[in-house]
Amino acid sequence: MKIKDLKELLDADVLCCEENLGRHLYSACGCDLMSDVLAYVKDQGALLTGLVNPQVVRTAVMMDLVCIVFVRSKLPTEDIVELAKENGIVVLTTDKRLYEACGILYSNGLGVKATK
Amino acid sequence: MSEPLVFHYDIDGEDFISAGQASIQIKKNLRRIGLSPEVIRRVSIAMYEGEINMVIHAKGGTADVMLYEDRIEIILADKGPGISNIEEAMQEGFSTASDTIRSLGFGAGMGLPNMKRYSDKMTIDTTVGVGTTVTMVINIT
Ligand SMILES: Nc1ncnc2c1ncn2[C@@H]1O[C@H](COP(=O)(O)OP(=O)(O)OP(=O)(O)O)[C@@H](O)[C@H]1O
Ligand SMILES: [Mg+2]
Repeated sequence: MKIKDLKELLDADVLCCEENLGRHLYSACGCDLMSDVLAYVKDQGALLTGLVNPQVVRTAVMMDLVCIVFVRSKLPTEDIVELAKENGIVVLTTDKRLYEACGILYSNGLGVKATK
Repeated sequence: MSEPLVFHYDIDGEDFISAGQASIQIKKNLRRIGLSPEVIRRVSIAMYEGEINMVIHAKGGTADVMLYEDRIEIILADKGPGISNIEEAMQEGFSTASDTIRSLGFGAGMGLPNMKRYSDKMTIDTTVGVGTTVTMVINIT
């Protein structure tokens, strides 16, 4: 699916890098523990998280992820959005909870395993 | 053999929020140089984990990244508390991180095992009360 599809499925707002909504997603992971995220290499994926700090963006940069979704209506600070913008990462917020958001994406075909 | 290209960074140990900036810089530099995405990802993840470790466990230190023709060497040196039992520290899930660090998304005890997995060679030189130097080598194939 494309980031645009994820945005619609989660009824999410775009905070930056709207021009990259056409990018493809091949995997996703839902996690608040960045050290766990770093243990899996899946590029071109989305990270869904309830954790809000700049390390979320740096983790996404290291992993070559293309999209971050903050769940439960969490709003990242401006410096967090700015950091994502510098790195071309789409930032979204949704009012859905992590479990629900992941479930919706999974049932719509966004796999756990990279399918490239 | 030509001289390696060297990148040096001082890692501020007081500031968790800015931790990881050196790794972001390295990633940008390696992209500019045109290394393969796979090598760049391995270097940046390994270095990021090490950089975070220096900030959360050792109050900062220095990072030197050396680019040779056939490999990249990352040397992370700190004057922190040292690691008393390396074998234990290398186990997945072993962590002495505080609850505060955990609430910030780290402290799962995955960093050192990750660093080992993403590098071709890793050595830890540590003395309790003196400091720790972690050296990682990633081959460019
Ligand atoms: N530079 C260091 N100086 C002192 N102790 C360290 C250093 N790096 C790691 N350690 C010790 O080794 C343990 C394991 O490190 P590791 O990176 O695997 O896990 P962590 O940092 O606790 O959690 P995570 O990396 O998952 O966020 C740490 O909890 C700490 O006790
Ligand atoms: Mg660590």
